[in-house]
Amino acid sequence: MALWYATRAFGVVALVLLTATVILGIAGTARFAAPGLPRVVTAGLHRNLSLLVLALVALHVLSTIADGYAPVGFASAVVPFDSAYRGLWLGLGTVAFDMLIAVALTSLLRDRLSYRTWRGVHWLAYACWPVALWHGLGTGTDSRVPWLLAIDAVCVAGVAGAVWWRLSLAAPGRGRTAAIAGSALLPLATAIFVFVGPLQPHWAERAGTPPAILHGGALRPGGRR
Amino acid sequence: MRQRLRWDPTACTGHGLCADLLPERIDLDEWGYPVILGDVPPGLARHARRAVRACPALALRLQQADEDHDGGA
Amino acid sequence: MTGPQGDHGSRGRPRARITHRRLTAGWQDATRPASLREHHDRYGPLPAACQQNPLALVDAVAAARLTGRGGAGFPTATKMRAVAGRRGPAVVVANGVESEPASQKDQALLARAPHLVLDGALLAARAVGADSIHVCLDRARDQQAGVMLRAISERQRAGLGEVAMLAHGLPSRYVASEETALIRWLNGGEARPTTVPPRPFERGVGGRPTLVDNVETLAHVALIARYGPDWFGQVGEPGTPGTMLITVSGAVGCPGVYEIGAGSRLGDVLALCDGDSEDGAVLVGGYFGTWHATRDVARLPLSAPGLRDAGASPGAGVIVALPAGRCGLAETARILGFLSRQGAGQCGPCMFGLPAVAGDFAQLADGRPGGDVLERLHRRLGSIAGRGACRHPDGAVRMAASALAAFAPDASAHAAGRPCLEAQ
Repeated sequence: MALWYATRAFGVVALVLLTATVILGIAGTARFAAPGLPRVVTAGLHRNLSLLVLALVALHVLSTIADGYAPVGFASAVVPFDSAYRGLWLGLGTVAFDMLIAVALTSLLRDRLSYRTWRGVHWLAYACWPVALWHGLGTGTDSRVPWLLAIDAVCVAGVAGAVWWRLSLAAPGRGRTAAIAGSALLPLATAIFVFVGPLQPHWAERAGTPPAILHGGALRPGGRR
Repeated sequence: MRQRLRWDPTACTGHGLCADLLPERIDLDEWGYPVILGDVPPGLARHARRAVRACPALALRLQQADEDHDGGA
Repeated sequence: MTGPQGDHGSRGRPRARITHRRLTAGWQDATRPASLREHHDRYGPLPAACQQNPLALVDAVAAARLTGRGGAGFPTATKMRAVAGRRGPAVVVANGVESEPASQKDQALLARAPHLVLDGALLAARAVGADSIHVCLDRARDQQAGVMLRAISERQRAGLGEVAMLAHGLPSRYVASEETALIRWLNGGEARPTTVPPRPFERGVGGRPTLVDNVETLAHVALIARYGPDWFGQVGEPGTPGTMLITVSGAVGCPGVYEIGAGSRLGDVLALCDGDSEDGAVLVGGYFGTWHATRDVARLPLSAPGLRDAGASPGAGVIVALPAGRCGLAETARILGFLSRQGAGQCGPCMFGLPAVAGDFAQLADGRPGGDVLERLHRRLGSIAGRGACRHPDGAVRMAASALAAFAPDASAHAAGRPCLEAQ
C-alpha cells in the first residue's frame, strides 16, 4: 500500500525535476548566466539533476513492480506498451524512460562519440519530457487532484516559457516560426487532453485499467483502495 | 609534467565554461572566445581536466607539453 | 591586357627588360584560347620521355627549383615527392579558383593557354601516380568553365585522355581557393578550410594522397618538361629562377597581367606598367599582403627571399598601387570589410574580430573621434591572429597592421580628427 503512494510520489518528483532539468538545459543553449549563476553552475545542475531524475524514475518503476497492485512486470520497464495495466499510458512512461536512458548514456560517453551523435540523441529530451508528462496524466490515479494538476500546469508553463524565451533569442525565420507554433501546440493539446480525458468520469476504465482492479479494488480519486 | 591546452576554433561556440573553471590559464576575449595564457602545471591539472570535460562543444583538449601537434589555436 | 614594351618609361629612363614570353607566348594576338593544335604548334607535343619515366619529371622540377605560384611559394618538387611517396593511387587538383580580387593571372592563363595547364596536370599525375585530375574553377566564371571543358574534350578526342580530367565550379568565396577548402569541397563538403592534420598529401580527395597545385605552377611544369630545368633558369634572378605571372592594378597607366622574370625589382615592375616607382604606396601580395611606401620597396626584388626582410611577400604576384594623395586607410578599411564578409564563419575570433577591426579602420579613415581607436586597433590586431582554423584572419590582420605602419602619420592625424597629411 505504501509502495503505491511511493511510486506516485517518485513519479511526480521525477517530473518536477525533469522539468527543471529541461529548463536548465534550455538556459545553457541560450548561454544564460547571472551573477551567482555562472555557466558551470547551470551546466552542473542540469547534469546532476538529470542523474537524480534517472534514479527517481528507477525507484518509481521498481516500486510499481514491487507493489503488485497493478500488473506491471520488469519487461514493461523498458519494453513499451507491454503492460496489461493502462497499456498505452504506461507505455508512454516506458518510452520516456528509454529516451532518458539514451540521453544519459550518450552524455556519459560523450568523449567517445561524435559530437553530432551526442547532439542528435540529446534532442530526444524535447520529446522525453512531454511524453513523461502525458504518461503521468494518463496513468496517474491522481490526475484529478487539484494540487497535482497545479503542479503539472506549473511544469508546462515552465517549459513552454523557457522554450519561447529561447526562441525569442533565435534569428527569425521559418524554422523559428515552426518551432513557436509546435511548442504552442503542446500546452494546448495537453489542456484539451486533460479535459476530455482524466477529468471526465470513467477515465480509469477508458485508460485501460484491468477490470479486476476496476471492479475489485475500486479506484477513487487519490487512488485509495 | 606540464600539459598544454588546445582548443578547436571551429567547434568552439564561446560558452565560456572553460574560463570559469580555469581562470588561471584561460581568459576570454571581448567576444567570449578563449585565450590560452600558458601551459598547465601539475598543480592545475585536475582543474584543467574538469575544464576540458565541462566544454559543451567538446572543443577543449589537454595534451602533453612536449608533443608537437598541428592545428588548433 | 599587357603593357607597352618600349625601351623608355614615361620618365625617359631606360627600362630594364623584365618581361618574357614563355607562358604568355602568343597572348598579345589571342582573342580566344589556344586550341590543342595551336598549343602543339607553339610548344611542341609532350616529350615521349615523360611517358616512359614519369619520376624524371620530379627531378627536373627540383633542378629547376620551381616554387608554387599560388602564393605560398612551396617547392613544387618537394610536394610532388611527398605525394608520390605515399601508397595507393593519388589525386591531382589544379587550383584555378583565384578568389583574390586583385589577382587576374590565373584567369588570363586559363583563358589563353588551358592546354599548358592541362599538360602540367597530366605530367604531375603521371609523376605521383594519380588516376584523376580535378580542375577547380570559380563557378561564377561561366566562360572559363566552357573553355576548360572544351579543352578537356579536345584532348580526349586526340587520345590524350589517359588520366581522367574533371572540371569543377566552386562557390565564389575568398577562402574557397585554400588547399584544404578545395579538398573538402571535392569530398562533398563545403568550400571552407579544415584544420590540419591530415595534410592533403597524406589524405585528401577521397582519403587519397592529393597534390594541390596552382594552375600557373602546372603550366611551368609543362614547359620544364619540354625545355628542361636549365632553360627554366635562364631568366629570373639567381635565387629565384624562371618567370612568374603578376597582376598589377590601381594607380598605374597599364594595369593587367604580365609575365616577368622572377625576382625583378618592384620599381621596374611599376615602371613597366606606367606607374609611379618613387611616390605613393603599394600593396604587395594581394589582400593578404602588406602595404609599403613605394620608395621603401622599389629597389627590392619581387620574390619571397627578396622581400622577406621588408616583412613582405609577393604572394600570388599581386601588386596594387595607391597614388600619392589617396588615403591608404580608407582603402584598407574597404579591403577589411570585404575580407570580414568572406570568412568561413567557423571561428569566433575571425567572425567577430575581423568585422570589428574593419569598423575601427572605417572609423579611423573617416576621422571620427570615439574612444582611443588606435589603441583598440592595436589590441585587437594582436589578439585575433593565430586563433582561427585557417590563415584567413592572420592574413587580414597582417595586412591591417602593415597599413598602420605604412600610413602611420596619416593614422595619427585621423585619430586626432584631422584629415590625411597630404590633404592638409
